[in-house]
Amino acid sequence: MEKTINIKVRVWRQAGPKAKGAFETYELNHVSVDSSFLEMLDVLNEQLIHERKEPIVFDHDCREGICGMCSLYINGHPHGPDSSVTTCQLHMRKFKDGETITVEPWRSHAFPVIKDLMVDRRAYDKIMQAGGYVSVNTGGVPDANAIPISKLNADEAMDAASCIGCGACAAACKNGSAMLFVAAKVSQLALLPQGQVEGAARAKAMLSKMDELGFGNCTNTGACAAECPKNISLSHIARLNREYICAKLQD
Amino acid sequence: MAKKKEDMVDTAKAVANKVVKAVKDKVAQVANDDATKEAVEAVKEATEKVAKAVKQAAETIADGDYVTAKIPEGPLAEKWNNYKAHQKLVNPANKRRLDVIVVGTGLAGASAAASLGELGFNVLNFCIQDSPRRAHSIAAQGGINAAKNYQNDGDSVYRLFYDTIKGGDYRARESNVYRLAEVSNSIIDQCVAQGVPFAREYGGLLDNRSFGGAQVSRTFYAKGQTGQQLLLGAYSALSRQIHKGTVKMYTRYEMLDVVVVEGRARGIIARNLVTGKIERFFAHAVVVGTGGYGNAFFLSTNAMASNGSAAVQMYKKGAYFANPCFAQIHPTCIPVHGEFQSKLTLMSESLRNDGRIWVPKKKEDAEAIRAGKKKPTEIPDEDRDFYLERRYPAFGNLVPRDVASRAAKERCDAGFGVNNTGLAVYLDFKYAIERLGRDVVEARYGNLFQMYEKIVDDNPYETPMMIFPAIHYTMGGIWVDYELQTSIKGLYCIGEANFSDHGANRLGASALMQGLADGYFVLPYTIQNYLADQIQVPRMSTELKEFAEAEKAINDKIDKLMSVQGKRSVDSIHRELGLIMWDFVGMARSAEGLRTALKKILDVKKTFWTEVFIPGSRNDLNVELEKALRLADFLEIGELMARDALNREESCGGHFREEYQTPEGEALRQDDKFSYVSCWKFEGEGQEPKLLKEKLEYEFVARQTRNYKA
Ligand SMILES: Cc1cc2nc3c(=O)[nH]c(=O)nc-3n(C[C@H](O)[C@H](O)[C@H](O)COP(=O)(O)OP(=O)(O)OC[C@H]3O[C@@H](n4cnc5c(N)ncnc54)[C@H](O)[C@@H]3O)c2cc1C
Ligand code: SF4
Ligand code: FES
Repeated sequence: MEKTINIKVRVWRQAGPKAKGAFETYELNHVSVDSSFLEMLDVLNEQLIHERKEPIVFDHDCREGICGMCSLYINGHPHGPDSSVTTCQLHMRKFKDGETITVEPWRSHAFPVIKDLMVDRRAYDKIMQAGGYVSVNTGGVPDANAIPISKLNADEAMDAASCIGCGACAAACKNGSAMLFVAAKVSQLALLPQGQVEGAARAKAMLSKMDELGFGNCTNTGACAAECPKNISLSHIARLNREYICAKLQD
Repeated sequence: MAKKKEDMVDTAKAVANKVVKAVKDKVAQVANDDATKEAVEAVKEATEKVAKAVKQAAETIADGDYVTAKIPEGPLAEKWNNYKAHQKLVNPANKRRLDVIVVGTGLAGASAAASLGELGFNVLNFCIQDSPRRAHSIAAQGGINAAKNYQNDGDSVYRLFYDTIKGGDYRARESNVYRLAEVSNSIIDQCVAQGVPFAREYGGLLDNRSFGGAQVSRTFYAKGQTGQQLLLGAYSALSRQIHKGTVKMYTRYEMLDVVVVEGRARGIIARNLVTGKIERFFAHAVVVGTGGYGNAFFLSTNAMASNGSAAVQMYKKGAYFANPCFAQIHPTCIPVHGEFQSKLTLMSESLRNDGRIWVPKKKEDAEAIRAGKKKPTEIPDEDRDFYLERRYPAFGNLVPRDVASRAAKERCDAGFGVNNTGLAVYLDFKYAIERLGRDVVEARYGNLFQMYEKIVDDNPYETPMMIFPAIHYTMGGIWVDYELQTSIKGLYCIGEANFSDHGANRLGASALMQGLADGYFVLPYTIQNYLADQIQVPRMSTELKEFAEAEKAINDKIDKLMSVQGKRSVDSIHRELGLIMWDFVGMARSAEGLRTALKKILDVKKTFWTEVFIPGSRNDLNVELEKALRLADFLEIGELMARDALNREESCGGHFREEYQTPEGEALRQDDKFSYVSCWKFEGEGQEPKLLKEKLEYEFVARQTRNYKA
């Protein structure tokens, strides 16, 4: 037989960017423990629609932990209490019968609320636009096997490149710093010969964009890496710092 | 009318054939010395050319009934080079004055927008998500094909072309597929230059794996996150252009219509999803790369926002919808487990490299497993039926997807399915772990195993995974010619949204290849052939009546939806449509079932337009309204899929009609009758669409029955 639980969901509701928000609590019964957290919210929304109320707005798309669209602060943790997962991969078996679950949007200066649990994360795109790329045009590039790359470096670059741009790092940080996100990209490209050419300029451009957009400074609390659903390691921040110092020395 | 035209074509052909025969007979009589022989041979050749021209002309005159794709002349391997050598180009100074709208930021859209920006065009790029990096392409797991032959295992451009044509069950256009195989290698070069961290061997060179339908290792991959890494590559190129100002990015926007002025696409109408405002955008040309329509089935492996709406909008403005019934059911997805379920999760095809698929040999074992009385690990090897290895010894677990899906269904229908529903089979890594060790298996598939464990709460290192087929990809889509132009001038369609390269079945790791081929290496060329003639066209005002009318139609539709104020949520109606699609337009179709589907879909459509409830306001962020607009279009697509499936009285690739199968249950094509692309033309609301045909001529490969047994 399917196992179910009864829960209360305490959700942040906010009609618009400038509106004043508040928590509302909803009761939800017979929630299958096999359903995902977002499926639980679907069921709650279905209930709200039946009561002719506006459903709760939240971001999501792939629902398999890869697009980085889902967010949510659940019981005080970005992406909830389970480790190494995004909110969409979190399952209700992680919660107890009778529990009250608190759901909030990302709270970060640089991610303003759009509605309810949906926030504006375009600041991350802007940081990428400042330099998160190798400047090559389509066509006219060498054969893919022309430059051998050690498996070790390729694998580490891949680990860094696993960042899904969800924003949990900045949301988890008491300073609201985007350092882990920036470090993941800088580090990925610094580990590959293709990316090294522009390494110093990239680190500088992305960091100064980060400051400009109102993200805070990194004070090495490590909260970001602890909450990152993709286990992006703090060692990338160390590499970013090295790249940045090199850039400064070149000035 | 149509009949008359068909007769005309037949008469013309008959006359042409008669002439050729008469000439041939004469040649046989008179050819006795070398000089005459040469002369009559020349006459013969000329006559044959004339006959061919007459046939083609007749088909073209029969306008509308046949569609031609503007395939360049010459041998297969030279067509694309010939095209590029002779096409028109736009000079740099003029490029800046030409606006191009690109809708979509998946692999196809992002690569096209970035490349067009680099060339100097003024690009406007749209997507539904909050960032271009989140397009559904991000979820592709397994890999991307290319004919590099780095493994020295006998691969070549021709072999990739051949495998793709064969995999598609001879329902794809030869010239397009050859071009795809040709540019595949450049894609890998491009991605590596961007810093895409593909998997490598210890020597530092790129690694490959195998995918279904191929006997070589040509698939490049980045762990189980290939789509993510390729999309981030394209996204980085796009970000660079946004920074430079050549591309203007519109996120959280949804296209609601294409605007056609004097027969040419000149812009779009889009809804700002944050404010609810309807906005108008002009461009000299419009490129649509909005992905596939698999979500017509409600439950699919597609992302939640994946939709078929742009395709329906183009179709209703006159672009043909091609082969809508060609949809791919992927064999390895996590089985459905509850009514609350919102989507299905794919387990990558790459798992079939090392996993072995089986069900119990004995019915009583299957029953015991279903009742929870036995565990799969308790079934000894000799009582396991590795049915793919048994039925298809040459390809084994790596048969193409359509074949693997049907084989799973066959076993489950016969009563050997597992899981409490009986709708699942096992994918077992025990053997791979014994052979390679747990570490190697973890390095190859770790993230997929983790994903499985989080969803199912079972450890696939210790007990076999359970899998079942699910809808995954749509080969059908908007019809495009060789230049990727739709039947509306200036309107292009790329990526999964078009119908082009995969025929009736797509091979694994070929969608990423096609999306990037279209966006990086094909469209940026072909669109210039059109734009070169547009340099004199000044930017148009969006106050034109065509824009106003398109916007009004959308406003009316939204008002109508908002005012229904019924009792049903959008999702509840969408689920209903999905069940009909799965039951009658899914893995096995029949004339009777399809007729039932058409009737039932009409009922659901009626329910939708009379009982849906959309809370909130239209002038605000309104997710229910967004979903309702998409569902309205899925209902149209469902109908088209069923109609097309009913028309296609044959089994080929992913389209399986129960009436057309061999005694062993394999698909039975009807080449004499259905060697064509079905192109559906919209004839007005409530009217039956008209069927046009693009004939598929196989000049360079001989059509065979697909055989994966020997
Ligand atoms: C789970 C999964 C795994 C896969 N794995 C593989 C694999 O290993 N190898 C492989 O080759 N293929 C794979 N595929 C298939 C492949 O991922 C897709 O076919 C391909 O990524 C589609 O790319 P696209 O650019 O055409 O569209 P998408 O990536 O779907 O992008 C569509 C874009 O259009 C936008 N859009 C849609 N509608 C509108 C609108 N109305 N207005 C504005 N914007 C709109 C969206 O926002 C998005 O940006 C997989 C598919 C799935 C579902
Ligand atoms: S570093 Fe981690 S938490 Fe930060 S955006 Fe990337 S995946 Fe999310
Ligand atoms: S919805 Fe895509 S990561 Fe959660």
